[in-house]
Amino acid sequence: MYLPKKYSSQSLKPGDKMSIRFLERGTATAFIQKGPPRMLIPALTTAAVLIVLASGPAHAMHISEGILPVPWALFWFALSTPFLILGLRNLNARSKSEPHLKAMVALVGSAVFIISCMPIPVPTAGTCSHPCGTGMAAILIGPTLTVLVASVALVLQALFLAHGGLTTLGADIFSMGVAGAFTGYGVFFLLRKLGLSWFVAAFAAGLISDWATYGATSLALAAALHSDGSFSTMFWSIIVAFVPTQVPLGILEGFITAGAYSFIHTRRPEYLGMLAKGEAR
Amino acid sequence: MKKAIVAGSVILVLAIILGSVILNTKAEWSGVDETVVKKFAEEAGRPPAESLIRGDALLFFFLIAGAIGGFIAGYSFRGLFPPEGRISNPSNV
Repeated sequence: MYLPKKYSSQSLKPGDKMSIRFLERGTATAFIQKGPPRMLIPALTTAAVLIVLASGPAHAMHISEGILPVPWALFWFALSTPFLILGLRNLNARSKSEPHLKAMVALVGSAVFIISCMPIPVPTAGTCSHPCGTGMAAILIGPTLTVLVASVALVLQALFLAHGGLTTLGADIFSMGVAGAFTGYGVFFLLRKLGLSWFVAAFAAGLISDWATYGATSLALAAALHSDGSFSTMFWSIIVAFVPTQVPLGILEGFITAGAYSFIHTRRPEYLGMLAKGEAR
Repeated sequence: MKKAIVAGSVILVLAIILGSVILNTKAEWSGVDETVVKKFAEEAGRPPAESLIRGDALLFFFLIAGAIGGFIAGYSFRGLFPPEGRISNPSNV
């Protein structure tokens, strides 16, 4: 096949990808996707190591740095890691057969990142809190991929935004990623099985996933901090403290989830079919 | 009609939030990280550690993160949901 001179072998470097799209009447177009420059990966790795070594404890939303004792921090990491591995395997497997999946994961991931660091004032409580977006993500890309995008969002927030912490990352991934995603996904499909409309199911998925996230946060805090006191007393005290803020915010998250699902259901319903095919594997 | 109801509802909710923030001068509007998590952690003797990112530097990083997140979201959105004209003519996609 004829290859234009500007795409000669000298211009291709290791890491570059070349794809050919065949058009009508025997014509074809070649695309060359340039790989990363040679110095980019070492530079990014060095920068990441420096940031990790230089970053101090963070102090903000999610569970802040320094709150969980080391054994509990390790326990939540151990609990979250299998879900993370499952998410990576699922992404690799599904992206081979679903060309739009990576773009969808990028869109949903950035939405989760933005939504989960956006403090919203709650008039009934006089405080602020953030929705999580993981219920929405779970019904759009599946719960295991939601764990993955939530983990990426939480790592970036812990490193650059003083939002959560690195030692508490396992607990934050479990509450926002695992508990939020699997609860939202389960609620959505249970309600659909019961014959409820997709709008009601999506609303309930957003609402319950938000509450499940803060329920899991309460569990992690109570388990680590109850000391000699009663675990259940501390757990319910934290739940009650979250109620004035998270009840209205959960309702808002329900509407956000139903709105996002409604938009895709109207514009490109075939993307919603990707989930049914992918998660069945 | 449906769009007008949705837009009206969104404006109403935003107006209620904005109004309450402006009118309720006593509320501090601190996050649940302070009102709930920090409170229980301090009572248990494990206060959160201080952050190295402080003051307006944090605002700067939030702005940058929002801009980058918004760009990725918009770029992926346009790939997934191209304008109607491009869908009807596949050679343009």
